[in-house]
Amino acid sequence: MQIAIIKYNAGNVQSVQYALRRLNTEAIITDDPATLLAADRVIFPGVGHAHAAMQSLRENGLDQLIPQLRQPVLGICVGMQLLCRHSEEGDTPGLGIFDAEVRRFQREDNLASLKVPQIGWNNIYDCTSPLFKGVNEQAFVYYVHSYYATTGAHTVAKSSYGLTYSAALRKDNFYAVQFHAEKSAATGATILHNFLTLGQ
Amino acid sequence: MTTPQPATGVCRRIIPCLDIRDGRTVKGIQFEQIRDAGDPVELAALYSRQGADELVFLDITATNEKRKTLVELVSKVAAQISIPFTVGGGIAAADDVAVLLQHGADKVSVNTAAYKRPQLLHELSRNFGSQCVVLAIDTKQEADGHWYVYLNGGRVKTDTLTLDWAKQAVDLGAGEILLTSMNHDGSKTGFATGITRQLVDALPVPVIASGGAGTMAHFKTVFEEARAEAALAASIFHYREIAIPELKQYLAGQGIRVRL
Repeated sequence: MQIAIIKYNAGNVQSVQYALRRLNTEAIITDDPATLLAADRVIFPGVGHAHAAMQSLRENGLDQLIPQLRQPVLGICVGMQLLCRHSEEGDTPGLGIFDAEVRRFQREDNLASLKVPQIGWNNIYDCTSPLFKGVNEQAFVYYVHSYYATTGAHTVAKSSYGLTYSAALRKDNFYAVQFHAEKSAATGATILHNFLTLGQ
Repeated sequence: MTTPQPATGVCRRIIPCLDIRDGRTVKGIQFEQIRDAGDPVELAALYSRQGADELVFLDITATNEKRKTLVELVSKVAAQISIPFTVGGGIAAADDVAVLLQHGADKVSVNTAAYKRPQLLHELSRNFGSQCVVLAIDTKQEADGHWYVYLNGGRVKTDTLTLDWAKQAVDLGAGEILLTSMNHDGSKTGFATGITRQLVDALPVPVIASGGAGTMAHFKTVFEEARAEAALAASIFHYREIAIPELKQYLAGQGIRVRL
């Protein structure tokens, strides 16, 4: 099975590669359209700023390519946010796969004690996707983010941080998680394993 | 079906710290009297299995000896553990960080180099995102009652107040503050709750309290009274005085939200 991780200027994609390696799966990090189109699985990671990330995608034409992918695709963190309609971060139009808006956590909406970004472990619940096979409701996953995707028709898992947001989204072959599955201990490993074995 | 869900916060984090010298874990008392505490890769794997929320690796001799953090070690650790880890020691430029991230680190911690050239924080946050940039501050309360910033592993005093430097650093792009009290480090008398609370209240980013953990109750105090987002400790974990699962059970029993 060929696993491709989309290479673009958005932070640390290597940690995803390391996580797959721990599952005895090698992945290539590439921005080559032919390789991405031919891969059995595509992972779209990302940390950092949505606007800068989208700009980097555009420079390589990846903004056109990603919506054409037909194999299972997994967006992670900023990768997930870029698959939504629009992000408040830098007023960035997204790729529009998911019917969700990306908004900033407002401290006044939250309990005063909540800091932005959310850094650390939080629960996921209402998990309804094959991604979460074998994952307990309320399982802990690791988050680092200041922006969240709203809940809606494509939400397949939720978390709460002052308000309730989409922990995971799914539409057709597009899957996405806001948390860092690659850094979420055994729960994250299960989710990545489920993604690799979708349909099997 | 939707489960009603209370508005919840993120969990308080327990972070074991591995001070690294010559590829081994070491631990000192108030930054001196350094002794060996084991193989860092084995310890990292153990802590990860036991439910540590993150790990921090600090190459404690890197600044003085102009030596870069051991990239090989980072790679070995990254191959083993599936929780976030931060690497620090001798980082002075974006290139240093790129190498560490390529070898599996998730965040980096900067200290002396950022103080000497604050623009480093801006460069790192612009290149890698502020979530990746931890500013470590070694602080000491002097006879005048004020908390000052110390550099070079606690060897060099500055005239800068800790809160002032922390605020400036966050403005420049630091995404977290790792605050170590030199008065408390290795003392096992509890964390420096006062200065920690000052930073927690003043800063929009998480504060990791470090230095002084001796009992499980000290963690409760630093979470409840200082409201630290995370607490870091070394020797009590390395020498098995407190086990992480036991500590987290205790904290949960005290009503503190932790990942179990």
